[in-house]
Amino acid sequence: MFATVFHRPQPLLDQLAQLQQALSRPRASDATADGIRAALAGSFPPVNVGRTERSIEVYAFAPGLDAQAIDVTVERGVLRISGERRSGSKGAADGVQIYAAERWHGRFSRAVTLPEEADTGRVEAHYRDGVLRVSVGLREQARPQRVNVQ
Amino acid sequence: MMTEQTQLSRADNEPATSGTSVPTSASRKPSSAHSAAGANAVERPIERAVEPAVEIFEDAGGITVLADMPGVPREGLNVQLDGDTLVIEGEAAVLAPEGMRGLWAEINVPRYRRAFTLGRELDVARIEAGVKDGVLTLRIPKQAHAQPRRIAVSTT
Repeated sequence: MFATVFHRPQPLLDQLAQLQQALSRPRASDATADGIRAALAGSFPPVNVGRTERSIEVYAFAPGLDAQAIDVTVERGVLRISGERRSGSKGAADGVQIYAAERWHGRFSRAVTLPEEADTGRVEAHYRDGVLRVSVGLREQARPQRVNVQ
Repeated sequence: MMTEQTQLSRADNEPATSGTSVPTSASRKPSSAHSAAGANAVERPIERAVEPAVEIFEDAGGITVLADMPGVPREGLNVQLDGDTLVIEGEAAVLAPEGMRGLWAEINVPRYRRAFTLGRELDVARIEAGVKDGVLTLRIPKQAHAQPRRIAVSTT
């Protein structure tokens, strides 16, 4: 049975506390928001990060991109996702009237600091349905190990 | 541009006057096929949904709507017409590996929903919808009769 990247079970009081935090400062309200690369809430693309025993999983919600034009780099323990998204109505013929332009467009770049135990030699990236998933392996010694009791 | 076509379902019982791109089949249920994504939704009495960011523009032939719905596959998309209200809904199905713990989440709700009211000059029978790379594209053509017409003035 698979879980989804969306679900984070949170008690109601925690959610209220988070909401209060979110209102009191213009930053993403999360435990890791104090990281030096933590971005302002509303950055494109939104990113979810998860961890399994074997890997760090980064999900970037960036619809409407050409998979070949997405740059994913790992340098000195920082995973960087960058690219460009074009406006859908740009370049349309004259006489086109625009009523709503909420979709973000332009060049983007987001960075995620990887933990020390990340194996930057084992990075995979897949783009599907507008979601970029980057999977970074963890080193063997970082995985949970079972110690036999003598 | 639209590589994958999806079905539109009509909630009203009016027969389509022209065109055949809107079948009158029953509406699809978006959540049933995605039990993984919907597993948590089942317990919630009200399904939370976020409004997708849209881009709407009009040319001589009609109106185009683009909506960002990352993670929504073609099967998770539901476009429904109820009277003159057009509702777009999408259920994201982004699977995570087993045992994954969330460390950071900027997207928490796997569902998108937004409604628009359409004008009478639009030809709802010929709406086309497609989704590619998480972007829903709707094309709503204008009625053919929306053309200038001269009115004869009679004397009594």
